Amino acid sequence: MTLQHYLLVSAALFALGVLGLLTRRNAVNVLMGIELILNSANLNLVAFSRYGTGNLEGQLFAVFVVVIAAAEVAVALAIVLTLYRLRRTPNLDEADILKG
Amino acid sequence: MNAEAAVFYVLAAITVGSAAVVVLARSLIYSAFALLFTFVGVAGLYLLLGADFLAATQLLIYVGGILVLLLFGVMLTHKLYDLDLRSEVTQFLPGVIVSIGLFAVLALTAWRTDWAGGDGRAPAATTREIGQLFMGRYLLPFEAASILLLVALMGAAMIVRRKRSA
Repeated sequence: MTLQHYLLVSAALFALGVLGLLTRRNAVNVLMGIELILNSANLNLVAFSRYGTGNLEGQLFAVFVVVIAAAEVAVALAIVLTLYRLRRTPNLDEADILKG
Repeated sequence: MNAEAAVFYVLAAITVGSAAVVVLARSLIYSAFALLFTFVGVAGLYLLLGADFLAATQLLIYVGGILVLLLFGVMLTHKLYDLDLRSEVTQFLPGVIVSIGLFAVLALTAWRTDWAGGDGRAPAATTREIGQLFMGRYLLPFEAASILLLVALMGAAMIVRRKRSA
């Protein structure tokens, strides 16, 4: 297996994540797309860590990305729950209170 | 085709296939459970890359934490009798065009670049060395990340707290 194989898998994950981000109405589903994107970034970091420099710093950065993802999901779900309480909908395009 | 290649292709198929289910499934619950298989597939790819600590972290945090949180989010944002849990899709065609274009650019770049690489041998067990890096050279980012987690969790609790109407 070469570096390119892993990069291709990661690119596919990223493209699917962007697709989910763009086409889903449900906020939780959009969050799932963001998780896919973060996972693809992590896969890239680990692959470069093994095939590129050969030291462990890529894996270290991947751990930081996991931390950021956990924090992001917690805050985002809080926002989604508040939105649901306010508007009785989990759909993002119905959250248009600020629209004039 | 040797054993490593076979394992890689199986794991890649699981990862990308279930990611496609996450994005395209009609039901939110299907999406959530397909996400489980995506995370497990990525953890397997980490193992194949020799990142044992990161694979364990991926299983513990993503499958054990983030996925459960997302399921909570699904359950809490729907009424109990609302059983079908549909998730509509909007602007599907532009989204498909954009993501296929992105994938084409990324894949072409990744495939045609001549990556100056190391020998690609698997490192030894990584946990000890990662721990030493965290406690040594990367101590400040480590502490910053821990503070970030604390602040984010407290902020999340503050955001969802019901305001007392007084």
